[in-house]
Amino acid sequence: MSAELRNYDQELFWFQRRLTLAAALVVVCFLALLGRFVFLQVVQHRHYATLAEANRIDIQPEAPNRGIITDRNGVVLASNYSAYTLEINPQKVANLDAAIDEVAKIVDISQRDRRRFRRLYEEFRSNDSLPLKSRLSDEEVARVAANRYRLPGVEIKARLFRQYPFGEVASHVIGYIGRINQGEKERIEAQGLTASYKGSDYIGKVGIELSYEKELHGTAGATEVEVDASRRVVRTLSRKPSTTGNNLQLSLDIRLQKIAEDAFGTRRGALVAIEPSTGDVLAFVSRPGYDPNLFVDGIDPQNWEALNTSDDKPLLNRPLRGAYPPGSTYKPFMALMAQELGVRTAQQTISDPGFFRLGGGYWRDDKVGGHGVVDLVKSIAVSCDTYYYQIAAETDIDEWAVFMKQFGFGQKTGIDIDGELSGILPTREWKAKRFPKDPKLHVGDQVSLGIGQGFNTFTPLQMAHATAILANRGTVFKPHLVKRVQDSRSGEARLTQPTPAYTIPLKDAHVDAVMRGLEGVVKEGTGRTPFMNAKYTSGGKTGTAQVFSLRGGEYIASQVAERLRDHAWYIALAPLEKPTIALVAFVENGGFGSESAAPIARKVLDAWFDPVVLGAALKKPADDRNALPPAAETPDMRRPR
Amino acid sequence: MMQRLWARLTDRLDPFLFAIVTAIAALGLLVLFSAANETMSRVVSQSQKVIIAVGIMIAIANLSPQFIARFGVPLYVAGIVLLLGVAVGGEVVKGARRWLKIPGIGNIQPSEIMKIALPLILAWYFERHEGSMNWKNFAVAALLVAVPFLLVYRQPDLGTALLIGASGFFVLYLAGLDWRIIFGGAILAGLAFWGAWEFNLLHDYQKERVLNFLNPQQDAQDAGWHTAQAAIAIGSGGILGKGWLNGTQTHLEFLPEKHTDFIFAVYGEEFGLVGGALLLVLYLLLIGRCFLIAANASTLFGRLIAGSMTLMFFTYAFVNMGMVSGLLPVVGVPLPFISFGGTALMTLFIAAGILMSVATHRKLVNS
Repeated sequence: MSAELRNYDQELFWFQRRLTLAAALVVVCFLALLGRFVFLQVVQHRHYATLAEANRIDIQPEAPNRGIITDRNGVVLASNYSAYTLEINPQKVANLDAAIDEVAKIVDISQRDRRRFRRLYEEFRSNDSLPLKSRLSDEEVARVAANRYRLPGVEIKARLFRQYPFGEVASHVIGYIGRINQGEKERIEAQGLTASYKGSDYIGKVGIELSYEKELHGTAGATEVEVDASRRVVRTLSRKPSTTGNNLQLSLDIRLQKIAEDAFGTRRGALVAIEPSTGDVLAFVSRPGYDPNLFVDGIDPQNWEALNTSDDKPLLNRPLRGAYPPGSTYKPFMALMAQELGVRTAQQTISDPGFFRLGGGYWRDDKVGGHGVVDLVKSIAVSCDTYYYQIAAETDIDEWAVFMKQFGFGQKTGIDIDGELSGILPTREWKAKRFPKDPKLHVGDQVSLGIGQGFNTFTPLQMAHATAILANRGTVFKPHLVKRVQDSRSGEARLTQPTPAYTIPLKDAHVDAVMRGLEGVVKEGTGRTPFMNAKYTSGGKTGTAQVFSLRGGEYIASQVAERLRDHAWYIALAPLEKPTIALVAFVENGGFGSESAAPIARKVLDAWFDPVVLGAALKKPADDRNALPPAAETPDMRRPR
Repeated sequence: MMQRLWARLTDRLDPFLFAIVTAIAALGLLVLFSAANETMSRVVSQSQKVIIAVGIMIAIANLSPQFIARFGVPLYVAGIVLLLGVAVGGEVVKGARRWLKIPGIGNIQPSEIMKIALPLILAWYFERHEGSMNWKNFAVAALLVAVPFLLVYRQPDLGTALLIGASGFFVLYLAGLDWRIIFGGAILAGLAFWGAWEFNLLHDYQKERVLNFLNPQQDAQDAGWHTAQAAIAIGSGGILGKGWLNGTQTHLEFLPEKHTDFIFAVYGEEFGLVGGALLLVLYLLLIGRCFLIAANASTLFGRLIAGSMTLMFFTYAFVNMGMVSGLLPVVGVPLPFISFGGTALMTLFIAAGILMSVATHRKLVNS
């Protein structure tokens, strides 16, 4: 009995010892838990609090409205409109073609839409949805919405679209926007602008849309929302509205622009008109143009092919990127230079036998038998070559360069759109660099350059700029297409070029002499016929640039004759006493300046000085471009020649 | 009459244990209201279950331990039969057979019965051999543990199998299982786990859980989502918590299983470290009281059953809070007296009832 009792006591003791051990384990484990809680809730609290906030809060970007572009009189040239688009997210669709076929059963999808979508898809392999069809009608939206359940990956979105109501008119100035591509994305990141582009799909690609992208784009807004685990919005926490981009007022007068473009008809060429006292570009024409609306939601391959391969090069910005010898339009500047350098006076005369001889070289004048006794004024009016051969022979080409540079020849004018070419203002150094096998600039080269033929090539924009400087008697304004930038928030507008860039010191008498020469051109010289009975005074100068090579392109017999013709120039300023407009008209393969370029200049000047003609420019019944561009069909880019 | 009935019912209750259990359950209802996004239906349903479970607890407290001991064999046999039934014709839910549909009763989870039945039969068995225990008795006991363990493990439900194994082991340990066997077994178990891992005897989801436990952030969007979100909830709660009903992880549906196994994350987010410490204290008080009951029990059966039930409370609480806070791998263990769901609640209140029975029938036997 006692042994049993002892046994019992011992068992109880063992049991309680094991129980105590277990209790100790419990305490240790609970302390471990407490330690874990302290670690999570005190040590790591900040980290987890951040994660919880990141879970809970979603930032939804709000793309800004792009600034509006108007002409100098407030006529809208680029605006926004909202429309429904049908978009497909390629990531959510197993078979893209099958998905498009399925959509096509509900909404009419044209072949063009399909091709354009393909092109976008190949270009942008992104995770975003891409537009298949834009500008859906209300009925189409309703039909898609009703069938949504069987169209996975298909979305209807309300988007802002860019619209260019004038279509082709001023297309080379305004440019267009397009979807942001990989390179642009990287540039945005490199410039630290990622935040302002949150939610934006479009960016300026060419023209003003490109060069003023920073002004036009605006700043993205953001809505901070609370979301649940399935990313559904529970409530809005805060909202920072987007800031609309700044509006641009161009210096362009769209009426004058339209008249100038129409004046070209089917001819290829360029026209730039500048207000001398400000540097405002009043018209900036490159023919042929293109419809920028085609590019906005992605151009389809067929239209792109047509634009890109056309012999007429509709995508080439001729005033900016076409460099041609100035021909005789260079003479007024040579005449001014000769006076400034002191090699000629206005009164000094020469006798023109119809040719010029120097060292074994022989140069013919245009007029057989010569112009007889010629002074400075007459040399411009009749475009006497011999007068300028002599000046060229008596001066030094490097001295010309110094003088001509001031007028912007062979220099970028600094106009506010990208891609400007500088052209060539030859010097000895240039010749040596460009032709290492024949480094010397021969006297013969220099004599030809005296009448604007040879190595020198200038853009139509440069010619217009130089003419404006002449008209402004040496005060230089940088030419600009955007006159004012209007802040979208404050409404304040600022001029882009409020002050002249610099002034060339010119003697008034020298300028007057050249002006008289330009007047002579119109009154009794090479420009007499095209400017007969003009209701305003003007000065001008014709020019012809020789075509010496056909660059690339296939040989098409019917076109060769036309394509080998000389280019025609005409520079003008009016009214003569105090010019309010200086312009250059340039017609590719136009033959003599007086025949093709001068009549175009005449039409533009007539309109500029006649409010009735100018006012009627946009009211032509044929022009229905103010309406929305057609959604499905697009004009054929291959225009008859 | 009413007074006598009341006295008859409350006579067998341990007031301290009763108070602490109902306090935890009440706290649980408070948390559940938040977890249910401030809707009442789950709270009402859980309250009903708590009331029924408390009733059962009181009923069991009024039974004598000797009487309860008699249930050991029949419950164990019934549990084994039902587990075999599950293996043959159980409902497949999420790839595992755990539930058995019995006409007229509904769906039951036989593994839950085993959590009580196994300690009961072991305690009963050891008491029968009191004073003359040898290794053969322990071998028989080990077999009694192994059969349900393997049946549940095959369902597959590793978590429950381990809990059942643990509840059996607790009895063996308290009955005086040789330390050499305990340590030897631990080493063998470690080797077995290594072998199972190496030779692919574990299911992929089981392996994944272990891996997720080792590094939950690695794949926060997918498999480790539960653990990662729970850690965010608890950690973001800070010292004082975000306040009742203010947990963002909870109310924006970031927390998985927030009514059931992960309810502690809701609690931790809204009540912070202070709340967590309070809950630990409540559980410590519960466990401490139960240890006292076990230590003072008058019979071997009473000691063993009370001790193992105590350790079961501890295991549930520790494993659940450990897994939710990322200290342990995820196994399906509810937070005792708090997680939503009737089955576990019933088991736990039955255990509390048995403890009360042991506590209040002591004097009777001694006298």
